[in-house]
Amino acid sequence: MMEALNIDQTPKTPFIQLQATSGMLEMRGRSIPENAVDFYTPVFRWIDAYCQAAPSATAVHIRFEYFNTSSSKCLLDILKKLKALHLSGKSEVTVYWHYEEDDEDMLEAGEDFQTIIRIPFEMKKYID
Amino acid sequence: MFDIYDFYEKMEDGKIMLSFKGEITSELLTSILHIMESKLDSIGEEPQLRKKVYNVLVESLQNLYHHNDGHTHDPKVSQQSALFLIGRSDNATYKIITGNYILNSNVEAFCKRIDTINSLSKTELKDFYINTLNTKEFSGKGGGGLGLIDIARKSGQKFEYTYTSIDETYSFFSLIMKVKK
Repeated sequence: MMEALNIDQTPKTPFIQLQATSGMLEMRGRSIPENAVDFYTPVFRWIDAYCQAAPSATAVHIRFEYFNTSSSKCLLDILKKLKALHLSGKSEVTVYWHYEEDDEDMLEAGEDFQTIIRIPFEMKKYID
Repeated sequence: MFDIYDFYEKMEDGKIMLSFKGEITSELLTSILHIMESKLDSIGEEPQLRKKVYNVLVESLQNLYHHNDGHTHDPKVSQQSALFLIGRSDNATYKIITGNYILNSNVEAFCKRIDTINSLSKTELKDFYINTLNTKEFSGKGGGGLGLIDIARKSGQKFEYTYTSIDETYSFFSLIMKVKK
């Protein structure tokens, strides 16, 4: 059985909870580290392992308040891995992109990823 | 003698919210962002503008952190020293100014890059961003050239810049970014 990956939130990095059994992958908060690759390396490794043993459905919840361009490249790499998983037919992947009401920049950022990734994406508005 | 009151007045007139000169470290960025967040909160800036200002702050400060050519043993150029200023005028226009050392040999390419970004429309910037994000190989540091495009998209404003040649190796480059509703 694969272990879950839990990372606590810090002022510059998000809360992360990745659960292999339920297929629930969650990231929220702020992602503004100077070097995002350092921070996301354990996440990349976990997702690589997850793709080998994923349940039939994967729900990815991304709810960022802020993220920097260094993180956006890492996010794209994560989504590309999940796209490969989706296309393999082993797990049906849906990305839920949460954005605060009126935050058009965050909505647009989600649409940017959707344009590149082209797997099921749902834009979810929330009110804080 | 340095006139401290004159300095104070100039900061007051320039509506400076925060200024810093020195080495740009990760801890410093955390502090500046924290201070600016409290200030934006205490003046009750509207959420949309607050987010835009915060985003532009993050990218401009991280640009300074990653791309300062002043990393040298040359005693004339203090190590990684840079300048950062943010001001807010009465009509809620924020002006963020960064100043840093740049190799003379890098000036032309950098100006060209800013000019290119300045020439693009909103849709062209979006395409340029997506294209850069999707195709460019990234090093461990920074967002691989995405920062400036992101600032241009979020601010919706053009960059202004000036530079002064210091000696045969270095220039001091100043980049001005505006954010408004």
